[in-house]
Amino acid sequence: MTSGVESAGRPSWAARRRLSAVFWRRGWLRGLLLLLLPLAFFALIYLAALVVLLISAFWSVDPLTTELVRTWNLDNFKTVFTEPTYRTIAVRTIGIAAAVTVTDAIVALPFAYFMARLASPRMRALLFVLVLLPLWASYLARVYAWRLILAKEGALNWTLDRLGLPTLDIAYSNWAMWIVFSYIWLPFMILPVYAAIERIPDSFLEASTDLGAKGWRTTRSVVLPLAFPGLVAGSIFTFALTLGDYITPTLVGGASSQFIGNVVYANVGIANNVPFAAAYATVPLLVMALYLVVAKRLGAFEAL
Amino acid sequence: MKKARYVMWAALAAFVGVLALTAAGCGGSSGGSSDGGGDTGALPTKIGPGEGALDLIAWEGYTEDQWVKPFEQQTGCQVNAKYAGSSDEMVTLMRQGGGGQYDMVSASGDASLRLIAGGDVQPVNVDLIPGYQDFFEPLKSPPHNTIDGKHYGVSLQWGPNTLLYDTEKVTPAPTSWSAIYDPKYKGEITVPNNPIQIADAALYLSTTQPDLGITDPYELNQDQFDAAVNLLKQQKPLIKKYWGLASDEIDLFKNGDVVLGASWPYQTNTLQADNVPVKDTIPSEGATGWADTWMLSAKAKHPNCAYEWMDWITRPVPQAQQAIFFGETPANTKACAEMDKIDKGSCAKYHGDADQAYFDSIKFWKTPLADCGNGQTDCKDYTAWQQAWTEITG
Repeated sequence: MTSGVESAGRPSWAARRRLSAVFWRRGWLRGLLLLLLPLAFFALIYLAALVVLLISAFWSVDPLTTELVRTWNLDNFKTVFTEPTYRTIAVRTIGIAAAVTVTDAIVALPFAYFMARLASPRMRALLFVLVLLPLWASYLARVYAWRLILAKEGALNWTLDRLGLPTLDIAYSNWAMWIVFSYIWLPFMILPVYAAIERIPDSFLEASTDLGAKGWRTTRSVVLPLAFPGLVAGSIFTFALTLGDYITPTLVGGASSQFIGNVVYANVGIANNVPFAAAYATVPLLVMALYLVVAKRLGAFEAL
Repeated sequence: MKKARYVMWAALAAFVGVLALTAAGCGGSSGGSSDGGGDTGALPTKIGPGEGALDLIAWEGYTEDQWVKPFEQQTGCQVNAKYAGSSDEMVTLMRQGGGGQYDMVSASGDASLRLIAGGDVQPVNVDLIPGYQDFFEPLKSPPHNTIDGKHYGVSLQWGPNTLLYDTEKVTPAPTSWSAIYDPKYKGEITVPNNPIQIADAALYLSTTQPDLGITDPYELNQDQFDAAVNLLKQQKPLIKKYWGLASDEIDLFKNGDVVLGASWPYQTNTLQADNVPVKDTIPSEGATGWADTWMLSAKAKHPNCAYEWMDWITRPVPQAQQAIFFGETPANTKACAEMDKIDKGSCAKYHGDADQAYFDSIKFWKTPLADCGNGQTDCKDYTAWQQAWTEITG
């Protein structure tokens, strides 16, 4: 306690002294107090919601009145896993999430390397701003902007046409979704990769050079393995965020672009079939759980 | 370096915040239970004092300031409107939270019967609504809102679903729905993302494949249903996008992404006002369409304001304003003169002077039921339609 406290009234000062003494003697109490609010929040809002979701997946609705029927059955899960339509949608969602993750990894690695190792402090600050700047704008505004860019008579085709190149017909397609997702989640890949590369001691790179390794060999044997946990950490973001999205598919997707999220949204908001939505929502939950287990094995959580 | 780490954590925190917000947005609604009880008690015999508020579920373009503001000033009932994108969504909104969150809904024929059957709406006393007397005769007691002489709401507006096309890129002008199944326009077609679209395919098949014996596009047996679903599956590779909101279709036409589409007159009006070269037509096979009803929730919290609204919205002037704004036909026949006062020739343009024959040529949306209406009960019900639609678009 510093001078600021001493200037306060005597009794309150003594009480504070006593309180801080209690906290000092019982360290666990301090920890509990710090964690109480976030833990309560986590348990009540997050876990409780998940549990309710899982339970309702075993119920069903009356088709005519759409009233909830609380009898236990596995019909929803049967539909999810046997109907080819839902399998197609799940495979599409996971496939595009994987494609977006790989794309972001390829783009982020050299960028993060430049930022961490080659850029001057001034340049680095500028690049940080550039990476984070899009996050300040609304997600919706950015997706709508892409819709205008990719439209048949949009900015992209206008430019291609001016350059005398053939125009592209990729608006409202899975290609459009891939581009937009890759753009939107890129900062979440760059930041952890940057953190990982920044942590590599200079001496490692010098040692590699001393041993006669050229640039490519150093990259492959020193930089890449040490940046890998960062890549995996970033991939958790890009993969999970793509997996759960339903806005981008709605806005820039085409005739065959439904995601798991779109089916869930339609079942809750339009068909009023919450149990089926819950059952289908367990698919990304399982995929993500699996992904996290693998990521942990690969050391992703050491890079955070 | 410390600074950089700090920025990273800030980004992470922002990201978690966004996730939490998204989760909160998704978790808003849980399945409601609606116990019946539509027609308990006698009908009111007069409109009591207003409750000061009115909560509506409406189609986009149905609660514009030009006719809502005067209503609010006259009655003191503050209108809160929520737009719904499809009939299914309207039904769900009416039932969410046990019903009673909304007072009224501008339901189309494919939602109104479901709402009546589910006990979500209550009968109204049409004697309290002066405009009713001037209604176009077929809309006084239409089967989609009147059961056993009980009126579950008042008719509002009606119109056909049209074929919209780009006049520069589609020549000659299409005269048949075959245009939206034509590989010539691959990747340049858009249709609504709505299971009721199966009826449009059935309507087309009723003239191109008379062997199927389709007489009503909403009453389809297994063979007829399969044929319609197959047609839509063949159409899918030609589709650029299944549109959800009217504004989506407007964007698609404006940016040149599509040249043909199944549409409402509202989109045509908006696009033409923007100088986009489009026109719409009712093809030779006829058209599906909608006939909307303002229905009163069985658990309405503001019934007096609701009656005031039904009184207001069926008067000639608001009827004319809405008809011109949306591009549809008013239920009140006296609106025709008002339409011409606002915009000369608009009455004829939007069929405000329509006769029975024109009305009969439109196959109005209704809920598909297992009962085929001809003694057979092997027709596909709406659940089957929804499942098939998921398969088509999945």
